[in-house]
Amino acid sequence: MSVRPRFDPNRAARHRRARIGMVVFQLATLVGIVVLMALLYNIINNAFGLAAIEYRIYPATLGLDLETLPQTPRERLLEILETHLSPGLRRSLERTRPLTQRSNEELAALVLERVLQPKVLDTWPLVPSLLHTQDIVAEVHARFPQAEVRWVRWLNTRFLTRPQSSAPLRAGVRTAILGSLWLVVITAATALPLGVAAAIYLEEYARKDRWYNRLIQVNINNLAGVPSIIYGILGLAIFVRALEPLTSGAVFGAVAEGVTANGRTVLSGGLTLGLLVLPIVIINAQEALRAVPNSLREAAYALGATKWQVVWHHVLPEALPGIMTGTILALSRALGETAPLVVVGASTFITFDPVHPFSKFTALPIQIYQWTARPQPVFRNLAAAASLTLLLLLFLSNGIAVYIRHRARQRRLV
Amino acid sequence: MTETPAVELRNLNVYYGSFQAVRDVTLAFPKHKVTAIIGPSGCGKSTVLRSINRMNDLIPNARIEGEVIFEGKNIYDPDVDPVEVRRRIGMVFQKPNPFPKSIYENVAWGVRINGFRGTKSQLDDIVEEALRAAALWDEVKDKLHQNALALSGGQQQRLCIARAIAVKPDIILMDEPASALDPIATLRIEDLMRDLVQNYTIIVVTHNMQQAARVSDYTAFFSTDESRTGFLVEFGPTAQIFTNPKDPRTEAYITGRFG
Ligand SMILES: Nc1ncnc2c1ncn2[C@@H]1O[C@H](COP(=O)(O)OP(=O)(O)OP(=O)(O)O)[C@@H](O)[C@H]1O
Ligand SMILES: [Mg+2]
Repeated sequence: MSVRPRFDPNRAARHRRARIGMVVFQLATLVGIVVLMALLYNIINNAFGLAAIEYRIYPATLGLDLETLPQTPRERLLEILETHLSPGLRRSLERTRPLTQRSNEELAALVLERVLQPKVLDTWPLVPSLLHTQDIVAEVHARFPQAEVRWVRWLNTRFLTRPQSSAPLRAGVRTAILGSLWLVVITAATALPLGVAAAIYLEEYARKDRWYNRLIQVNINNLAGVPSIIYGILGLAIFVRALEPLTSGAVFGAVAEGVTANGRTVLSGGLTLGLLVLPIVIINAQEALRAVPNSLREAAYALGATKWQVVWHHVLPEALPGIMTGTILALSRALGETAPLVVVGASTFITFDPVHPFSKFTALPIQIYQWTARPQPVFRNLAAAASLTLLLLLFLSNGIAVYIRHRARQRRLV
Repeated sequence: MTETPAVELRNLNVYYGSFQAVRDVTLAFPKHKVTAIIGPSGCGKSTVLRSINRMNDLIPNARIEGEVIFEGKNIYDPDVDPVEVRRRIGMVFQKPNPFPKSIYENVAWGVRINGFRGTKSQLDDIVEEALRAAALWDEVKDKLHQNALALSGGQQQRLCIARAIAVKPDIILMDEPASALDPIATLRIEDLMRDLVQNYTIIVVTHNMQQAARVSDYTAFFSTDESRTGFLVEFGPTAQIFTNPKDPRTEAYITGRFG
């Protein structure tokens, strides 16, 4: 005879526990969202707002409108330059390239930099600027009777397209964006093939019951957790110092211009970041390969396929979306790395674009770091604008990852 | 049996690590016949089947002793290439596993990777022939370039059979090919086996007694001993196994008093 079990339903308690669980999970999500919002708030708050600006010559006195400066009639710009530039400066400018041959944009830039010479005296974040506009205006008039209060978008097209400068209103992140892009390309070019190849070896070829393969696996898992500064030190020792002839471009005869800087090139930086993300790429790719059902491999083998044919024709295409998303996430991490680049010798102040792998370089996080270290308040705004740029780049790359995954899924279902 | 068998197992032992899954199987599968392998779950039917085309090589801890003689040669000899063995001895799996590609590609791929040198239209012919042989052509001829995953389970399984015959094997191994299908689809697969057996030797694992009785010419009954190792109890013509088994264990299993 079977014993009829006695149930103690106590469903009320079970439901209560379920509700508590739900609340805890909701809270956790909420905390995450709040932190994220705080971060965004902080950045956006500093990337826009009022600024007190002083000019050597006020635009109004010359009948100029700052917003539409490049649209000012050409003759007027030339005339202003004629009358307000010192003869010595004008001669040297003419010698570089006659003013009359320069574009309206260039002339406008000259007027701004050499004639008007704006100087930021103080800045206010977005929220106080919106809430206490009157107070701020009054305060500026009291403190700097000369100054003008203006709305400034610190993140603007000029900011994105101009190189670094010591004058805050002229400083931009062009060099840093290009540096970051170079870094990402070099990082991807090294970490993706190496990482995928290693993952294929580990998942498809290596026998997991062999101690050396397990040792490799454990090592890779641990390497993924090594602090990035350690990779910087490694990169310094290997790429900057030991491989200097290669990474400086000396062996390729590329050291001609002043662009190159011994081993402290964008190539060294990219390779270092490549090392840094390699374990992450490997682990992600392994995960993607492991998710390929074994039945697919068996189907191919049962037709007389070789291992190479199985992997190349079936396993890899099937794992590719996963590999790509994993890789792009790893590259996003590389995009935000600062410490290893500082160690490898990213420049903190350069104004020329990286043009080849042997260029000196800087990167967005470096630029941000450097600006936050400055005492003048205006650099805080520049740092915020650069942070916003970096975030947008990250969103862009994550968006690409999502798109790739989506495309791949669609392709499978056709 | 006077004719040489299609494939012959001699004193086959299969181990997974230290566990012996199958012991001492000696068995000759007749040419151009359907042989059913039946037996309780875990008695090593799949294991035996997979050792006939060296699919067990893919399992890291599997180990094989004994011989599998195919065309006068032990396929486990060191000079035999498992890739060639698997082309000559194809396999259809329990769960339909078409490639996530077009129907056409599913069939053509195996042909191509085995070094097919010919024109596109020759390949088209091979694909059509295989799909016809698998009784699938009429259903898919208008959508050859659609994804195979959009087919029904039964159609997918027939596609897998088409894929297997496209590379012109001698033997087709089937591991419970109809167990994931509904009764109608199952019957179609069974009919198909009867058609195919004129050109191929078929070895099929099944849990379904009626199916074994309907479809097979010969039946091998496996069982397990107290250490869960599988062994061959009885082999003979299906009619004899089902009506007049020599071994009382076979009779018990067939009449449903066991397993
Ligand atoms: N990869 C493996 N590793 C270890 N043991 C295995 C492996 N595959 C099968 N076995 C064991 O070998 C024995 C035989 O398995 P097999 O799959 O051949 O049985 P089967 O007769 O096909 O069973 P079923 O009818 O349930 O499919 C079982 O005890 C099983 O647990
Ligand atoms: Mg089985």
